Amino acid sequence: MNSQKLGTLAGQAIEFAPQAKVEGGQPAPQPTKQPRWTHIHAPDVRASVSGTSWRGVRRELKVFLANYNALFGTGILLLVALSALFAPLLYPGDPLEMVARPFLWPGQNSAYPLGTDSMGRDVLAGIVHGARISLTVGLAATALGLTAGIAIGAFAGYFGGLIDGVLVKFIEIFQTIPSFVLLVVLVAIAQPTTATVTVAIAIVSWPTVARLTRAEFRTIREKDYVLAARSLGFGHARIIFHEILPNALPPLIVTSSVMVASAILMESALSFMGLGDPNRVSWGSMIGAGRDVIRTAWYLTALPGLAIVFTVLALNLIGDGLNDALNPRFSEDR
Amino acid sequence: MAKLLEVSDFSVRFPSAEPVKSVSFSVDPGEMLAIVGESGSGKSLTALGLMGLLPRQARADGEIRFGGHNLVCLSERKLRRIRGREIAMIFQEPMTSLNPVLTIGDQIIEVLRIHEDLSRRQARARAIALLDLVSIPEAGRRIDEYPHQLSGGMRQRVMIAIAVACNPKLLIADEATTALDVTIQAQVLQLLDNLRVQLNMAVILITHDLGIVAQWADRVVVMYAGRKIEEGFPGDVFEKPYHPYTHGLLSASPRRKADYHYRDGPLSEIPGSIVSAAGEKGCSFRPRCPAARPACSLTVPQLIALPAGRQVACPYVPAIAEVAHVAPVG
Amino acid sequence: MSAYRRIGRTISRTIIQAVPTVLGIVILNFFLLKLAPGDAADVMAAESGSATVETMAALRERFGLDNPILVQLANYLNNLAHFSLGFSPRYGVQVADLIGQRLPGTLVLMLVALAIAIAVGLLLGSLMATFSGRLPDRIISVVSLLFYSIPGFWIGLMLILLFSVKLGWLPSGGDSTIGSRLTGLSALLDRARYMVLPATSLALFYLAIYARLTRASMLEVKSQDFVRTARAKGVSPFVLTTRHVLRNALIPITTMAGMHFGGMLGGAVVVETVYSWPGLGRLAFEAVMARDFSVLLGILLLSSFLVIVANAAVDLLQAWIDPRIGASR
Repeated sequence: MNSQKLGTLAGQAIEFAPQAKVEGGQPAPQPTKQPRWTHIHAPDVRASVSGTSWRGVRRELKVFLANYNALFGTGILLLVALSALFAPLLYPGDPLEMVARPFLWPGQNSAYPLGTDSMGRDVLAGIVHGARISLTVGLAATALGLTAGIAIGAFAGYFGGLIDGVLVKFIEIFQTIPSFVLLVVLVAIAQPTTATVTVAIAIVSWPTVARLTRAEFRTIREKDYVLAARSLGFGHARIIFHEILPNALPPLIVTSSVMVASAILMESALSFMGLGDPNRVSWGSMIGAGRDVIRTAWYLTALPGLAIVFTVLALNLIGDGLNDALNPRFSEDR
Repeated sequence: MAKLLEVSDFSVRFPSAEPVKSVSFSVDPGEMLAIVGESGSGKSLTALGLMGLLPRQARADGEIRFGGHNLVCLSERKLRRIRGREIAMIFQEPMTSLNPVLTIGDQIIEVLRIHEDLSRRQARARAIALLDLVSIPEAGRRIDEYPHQLSGGMRQRVMIAIAVACNPKLLIADEATTALDVTIQAQVLQLLDNLRVQLNMAVILITHDLGIVAQWADRVVVMYAGRKIEEGFPGDVFEKPYHPYTHGLLSASPRRKADYHYRDGPLSEIPGSIVSAAGEKGCSFRPRCPAARPACSLTVPQLIALPAGRQVACPYVPAIAEVAHVAPVG
Repeated sequence: MSAYRRIGRTISRTIIQAVPTVLGIVILNFFLLKLAPGDAADVMAAESGSATVETMAALRERFGLDNPILVQLANYLNNLAHFSLGFSPRYGVQVADLIGQRLPGTLVLMLVALAIAIAVGLLLGSLMATFSGRLPDRIISVVSLLFYSIPGFWIGLMLILLFSVKLGWLPSGGDSTIGSRLTGLSALLDRARYMVLPATSLALFYLAIYARLTRASMLEVKSQDFVRTARAKGVSPFVLTTRHVLRNALIPITTMAGMHFGGMLGGAVVVETVYSWPGLGRLAFEAVMARDFSVLLGILLLSSFLVIVANAAVDLLQAWIDPRIGASR
């Protein structure tokens, strides 16, 4: 790197001679006969090779794992998931079966650590089995809602024009109708089962995802690397799945954890109102059943409610942690 | 003539860095001082430090004597009385430096009513007069407009109007013309100079544009990596730059020679970047300096005072070597 | 450009944009009505006890239920234009009347809840932004996250447990003391007592949202250049926060606030149920239990309209706050 070629309009290369005389003033004294560049010890001049260890997902993972709140949330969620998974092993049989004397308080009988309800059903069994419903509905509804929302949002954002106009109006209609009211109507029309509840929650949650996806696609569509892909003749499908979608994922990932949280809240509200699956025990239905005896046996409403609060809190903490990890500009300011 | 502002050994420290290291300079009433340096030289932080507007984690040391007080030790409350009234500042980005939801009139009136006891009507009249002063046409109508209705050059004029509203003794212009078109730049600088004379207001011009310095400044201070490395009258400094960095800066400018042609030779540059200064125990410029000696890495060079108000922080330049027995600047 | 002209332009723009949405909602509503199991004829037959094929056919013809679907849609739209939402066989009254009776109760509850959520949310959010990164911020952050995770119906029950059952300070249901003949201020205070718990239960979730939103928005605005300019003018911290930061921070806050009106209506359904509050929410619950779809869908339609009105109001508010909206440039 001892000399540098500069092109000029005349087409001749001019060598930048090592001992170029500096114009005007007194030239700084140079150690004579030494090429001018050897005094450079500036580290940035050397080619910097950034280690691949900081590329990709490692950095985001590190940020997430350093967040105590997010770890706490993950821990609780794992606890809930494990109890849901092992519910049939821990408490085989139907949690709606009567097993003991009614209205046992928590701690009264060690076989039933959380007591029993008005019909003598084990509260802990109910909570553990209720976890299955909450998580199943939460995850399934979110998955469905994400799929529909991303599909519609991607279409609208990518193609623009008339398709976008129509889809936006469609999204707007669903966003204007109050979600919970629509949910109640849908479940009331189609008789309440776990499946209908799941689909109904998905129908109510896809608009937010669609809006978000559309916004992301519209932004990313204008970026240079998409333009490059188009000029290389890549088809729409390839551009959408290879170029745009991976870059649109971070806010969607954050949104998904919040979606699971609100799906769980919606499912519990439905079961509380009696619109849940009548053959399954759910945290909401337990609270609903305990409502009449709240004056005496208030643990029947408190305990399942705490289960909901902790699960949803865990999901929100995880969502915050994901947000900090994936969207650094929105994280804690000074 | 008593100095308006005397900065001695001013430093700004962050938990992990010291971007301004022991800077000293002074400003006379009514003069225009230019502070020159590249990004990272610490010039903007020095300016913010003068106003007490440093970020929360920053710690300032040293002395800033102004109006009989040491601004470094002053409480926030007393500083607030000085800001806008005795010392004012205008910033680089006119597009975002004005509150978008208030009219420009409201923003000028605000600074008037904070520092002076004026009724709304009086303040409004003063504001219109100020807009006239900075040559904004139809001031009476424009005073009720919002910032988004004005162009960049006009917004910068409004900023200047706000800054000079209470007749401050010192105006700091932090890269105030960098974001403007060249023709507007010239107008704004002319305006600043006119106001300087009219209001007997000193101006500190912070810039990286040597052309502006040559044309407008009474004195120039050159900063590199948080230190002052040269000072003097622009004519002298540009004619005969002493510090190797100043030398390199001037050589890199294509305007150096009046009839410079690209065929005369390539532009020279200072190799490397200011990042190399981090962690240097001795002279911060050593990694990029063509005249570096082994001794340069041992101690930070002191400022040496030379005749005609020159100061330079390098003992090895031949012109200095001839007068090397002159005592270093404190 | 004067504020009035800007607001006027915003109104016309909002109305024009709302028309297709309204139409879409109405049509969707109609089809949901058709999908519902059983129709008016079934319900009437069940009520009267006679359900022969002939009587059913006669009933259907009388109610126009055997017309082709598009004719039915046209009739439905026509009825709507005359503010008629149909007839509720179960309650025996016009749906519109029924809803009209219950609407004020819900509106009052929601407005009070909204006021609480906004006032406390803005306050907490400003505190969080002012002490950003330090202990008060962390504590309030966790608390608001907690509020965000609590189901409305459960906190409603827990509040009843604490304040009504255990402490006996506040009533557990209804909207006023039955049989009392209070007037004037004492009537107002009486109603206020009944409103405290339901409004708080409804507000808690949204309080958390607004607090977090305010924090984010204020931090965003604080880092902008014009705040530095204001500080350089010597503006006091209080004026800085209110006049410069908050006024600009309110712009994204009001945008998001409008989006939650629909959610709050949904929340009102469960809260009114828990507190036996006489409003649309509890009516919806009763209608669900009775499978009275005309009432249910009437509520759906009306609440959608309320959301549209609320969104329009938010648009106007924004046009008033932000001089860049609706300007001719």
